[in-house]
Amino acid sequence: MRDVAIVSFAQSAKARDVRNEVEILMPVVQEAVKRSGMKRTDIGFTCSGSSDYLQGQTFAFVGALDAVGAWPPIKESHVEMDGAWALYEAWIKIQTGDVDSALIYSFGKSSPGDIAEVLAIQLDPYTVTPLWPDAHSLAALQARAFLEKTGKSERELAAVAARSRRDAVTNPHAVVSGAVDVEKLLAEPYVCSPLRAHDLPPVTDGAGALVIVAGEEARKYCKRPVWIRGFDHRIEPQGLGLRDLSRCASAEIAAQKAGVHRARVDFAELHAPYSHQELILRGALGLGDEVTINPSGGALASHPLMTAGLIRIGEAAERIMSGRGRRAIAHATQGPCLQQNLVCVLEGD
Amino acid sequence: MELIKSITVPVVLDYDYVTGRAQSRFLRGIAEGKILGQRCIECRRVYVPSRGACPRCAVRTEEEIELPDKGTVTTFCIVRVPSENLAFNPPYACVAVLLDGANIPFNHVMQECALEDVRMGMRVQAVWVPKEQLGPSMTSIRYFKPLAEPDAEFDSYKEHL
Repeated sequence: MRDVAIVSFAQSAKARDVRNEVEILMPVVQEAVKRSGMKRTDIGFTCSGSSDYLQGQTFAFVGALDAVGAWPPIKESHVEMDGAWALYEAWIKIQTGDVDSALIYSFGKSSPGDIAEVLAIQLDPYTVTPLWPDAHSLAALQARAFLEKTGKSERELAAVAARSRRDAVTNPHAVVSGAVDVEKLLAEPYVCSPLRAHDLPPVTDGAGALVIVAGEEARKYCKRPVWIRGFDHRIEPQGLGLRDLSRCASAEIAAQKAGVHRARVDFAELHAPYSHQELILRGALGLGDEVTINPSGGALASHPLMTAGLIRIGEAAERIMSGRGRRAIAHATQGPCLQQNLVCVLEGD
Repeated sequence: MELIKSITVPVVLDYDYVTGRAQSRFLRGIAEGKILGQRCIECRRVYVPSRGACPRCAVRTEEEIELPDKGTVTTFCIVRVPSENLAFNPPYACVAVLLDGANIPFNHVMQECALEDVRMGMRVQAVWVPKEQLGPSMTSIRYFKPLAEPDAEFDSYKEHL
């Protein structure tokens, strides 16, 4: 295995951004490249993650290349997935020996359409999508299954939300933050029982980008490179009825394969768009109370779709770079009710 | 039991599309009967309509220039398939027009010209809606019509096919 390190990261997140995708993306990509100190044309591979359904425009991901500068011609690829999976592809590409560095970016505007409805398109097109179950309703089904199985309460969900908002106060990219009282949150009406507004991800428009470099060369571009020590992703069946929604089998396997517990975990950035999903993931990844979860505020504070997973990895990397931790777990999810899960183990020197 | 061979699943999704800053300026220009392009500060290429970035140099395009509404047909196709929401009945010619001074063609429709006369290199000009009907939409340009000018040399537009 080749050692690969994250050497820079940049992001943008707003509740509603009046810029188009290229205008949002360009400064983020430029910032990530600038922070790496690499010349754009020296980067070996470019890989992106996004979904055209968010824009309602075909081949929108090709248009996004305007932000990157694809001249002279670059080696480029795209996944119709969160940018975390684009990072995975770039990491594999480096493992093959084909390239030694890569730029990964992703972007997503959740604001143009009714995002909970748009996400119904990713379900089984014959038996589920025609019923148009929106994303919040499916998450609520999962939350109900989880609460009933574990005996946990809505208060524990609200506690996750309150902690996320409190931690997000120092995150300039958070769209929801502040000190809130759990009692107050519980007095709010349901959006979709048992979930209230604070249990849901905020509508966010944003982008993220990072640069990775193989081997010792990484030290040239970053004082404290963040090494990818384990990387795995797994998927569960598309049929919701085929899964035990109260747990997350794919995250359990991914965590094991990535080697989450080979050493002590200082903190974790979990991509949990709904409050109960953080608790499910905590269990799946075997993270005890001693592990700090989502010091950035997580996806409940800022959730640019298709890029919130990559941002978890970037947030964790930045934290290690700045010496606020040495070993972290970053996680990304995709699909309804935590269907696909990616686990990335990050370490400083 | 008879097998179900197909089902119909209507999909309707509404979007509030955000044009962004660059396209917004372009559309506001159109509403005044002007075609605004943006020039890259590095390679000097002019994009119209600009998305606010030079895809070659990866820099923001901020320098705005007004372009003439005359240009050259770089390529075309004859549309013979009817489609919803079209102002023209097929067959009609869809043309890629390279405006004078621009480095990227944009698509529009040709009229006042027999289909068999539409050709690459043809000089054309925009026909606008009356001034009081101008709005921030490409439909403010009704179509392009031929100009009584000699065809442009192939070399002048061969980079833009």
